[in-house]
Parts: sequence; structure tokens; C-alpha cells
Amino acid sequence: MVTGIIGRKVGMTQVFDADGTVHPATVIKAGPCVVVQAKTAQTDGYEAVQLGLVEPRPAKATRAMQGHFKRASVPPARVTREVRVAAGGDAVKAGDPVLVSIFADGERVDVIGTGRGKGFQGVVRRHHFGGGAATHGSMFHRAPGSIGASSFPSRVVKGMRAAGRMGGGRVTTLNLKVLRVDPDNHLLVVEGGVPGAPESVVIVRKAAALKKLKVAQVEKPKKAKK
Amino acid sequence: MGAIETIEKRQLAERPAMKSGDTVRVHVKVREGDKERIQIFEGLVIGLHRGGTRASFTVRKVSFGQGVERIFPLHSPTIQKVEVVRTAKVRRAKLYYLRELKGKAARMKDAGRS
Repeated sequence: MVTGIIGRKVGMTQVFDADGTVHPATVIKAGPCVVVQAKTAQTDGYEAVQLGLVEPRPAKATRAMQGHFKRASVPPARVTREVRVAAGGDAVKAGDPVLVSIFADGERVDVIGTGRGKGFQGVVRRHHFGGGAATHGSMFHRAPGSIGASSFPSRVVKGMRAAGRMGGGRVTTLNLKVLRVDPDNHLLVVEGGVPGAPESVVIVRKAAALKKLKVAQVEKPKKAKK
Repeated sequence: MGAIETIEKRQLAERPAMKSGDTVRVHVKVREGDKERIQIFEGLVIGLHRGGTRASFTVRKVSFGQGVERIFPLHSPTIQKVEVVRTAKVRRAKLYYLRELKGKAARMKDAGRS
């Protein structure tokens, strides 16, 4: 069974509970997707599928990529991503559709996207440095301070946190609750925020670390008693 | 229709056409333990915030000489219904100036229409 789908973030809204509680929600246009390539343990060493996002207009592809899509007899996709296939269930083959109906209401999912770029930022914003006092004659405001000793080692140690480009990388939000699935319109509503700007590509997959989280919560109180 | 509107459409409740200056009776569901009853909040609409399911409206009343304002989500399922009791003639969308006025000065002139 395919465990994920490609989508585009649409934007945020809010959803009412029956008792009037308001939940922040992100709308994702998820799919429709097709399987471009099925990877199996025999040929690739692991079970996965390469999905292609179906869009109104097929993508312009190079000859090489045209051949790749032709093998699955699907139109070229602009966006392709790989997701794992869970054990059990029917074997998936190239050309199979993957729709938002793989998710159900109340299920937990992870959403992976590219976060918004923040540009060149100083250490206070980028690494949460404390900074100095703003007033009382303080001449130290938002500078990083000392970055090491002098003649020994005569260099700045590797990994020193400094100002620089921030954001714009791959971000995963774990264990978001699915509030609503709309298979007719290929829409998915998850509770809370999702990385990236509207229209950016995201991968929605079934929560990978859900069991681990539960175990950690059970174990912690036991250690405290000892 | 955009995807967000598609999602929001199902949640939109039927509400009367309200505007600032209207006196409304808001029937709110209140939970007490496992019992549910209806509480009525009557006051003047001093502002509306539009925006699909995120729309809200502010109702102001003076209760025992103390000004009380409640902001209701327009499409909240806790609101059973909204009745428009009276419509006053006002010249602005947000009637925040009423907060500084009391008694006679805070009276509103009825609109000519029914």
C-alpha cells in the first residue's frame, strides 16, 4: 500500500467542531498522482514507488525523461517524489493512480515541504542568541560576541554558529491530524500549519514516528519514580 | 471556486444580513455539565469582520452599568440563531466610538426602513 501522496499547499482556514471549538487548518490539494516507477526489494533493495503529480497540462520533458514516463504510459509530470510502500496489500505497478482517499479522517500524517526562505539573518533570529541590552549605555546589541580564543587555536572552530542564509530547506511537520478528506476535489485538510508558501509542493505521508512517540511518553514517568 | 471556499462552504451557517448599528439577539448554546441550554445575548452590533468561516461580529451591551462586548464567530455551531431586533442609522462600519459614550449620548437613531 502506498503510504504518501504529492500535493500543493493551498492555504489556511479554520474548522469548527460540533461543540464550537475552532481548529486552525491547512488545506492541501493532494494529488491526483500516478505511479511512475515501482521499486521492489528484488531490483532496488527496498519497496517504494515514484509518484508523479498529475496536472492539467503535462510537463515538457527531455527525451530521456519522456522515455521514463512512457515506460509507465503516463504523461510527463513536473513533480515526482518517492514514497515508501507499506508491507501487505496489493502490489502496486507503474501507471496505478494514487488518490487522497488513502487517508481517512482522524488519521495522523507527516507533511514534508520546503520552508519559506528567510534571507540573510543575524544570529539572534537564526540561532536564538540572547543579544545584549538595548539601553543603559550598552554598546552590544545583536552582535554574536566572541567566536573563540586568539593565538591558540588561531582559527575559528568548525560549526561556529554565525549569521547567514536562513530557511528555505526541507522541513517535516510530524503527526498532524487529518480533519477532512475530500476525494471529489482531491483536497485534504490537516490541523495546524504546514511548511512552505501557498502553491509549494508538499509530500503527505502516514505518520512515520507515531508509535515511537507513544512509547517515549509511557516510559518517561517510570524513570522519574526510580 | 477556490479550494479553501470549497472546504469552508460546508460550514457556513445561515445568518441574517447584519450590519453595524443593528440590535441583535444572539441565541448561544451553553453547556452546563451534560445539559445544554440557550442563553440570549442582546446588544448592538458594533463591528463585523468578514472572511468565509472566519467571519465574526462584535456585540456590545451595557449590563448593570458595565459595558460588555462579546465577539462571536459568525458561523459557529454554538450559535443557534441570530435575530435582528432593530436597525439604527449609522455612518461608519465600526462603532468603537460608542465605548466612550454612555447613557443618552449612546442612543442610536432608528433607520427609516423596517
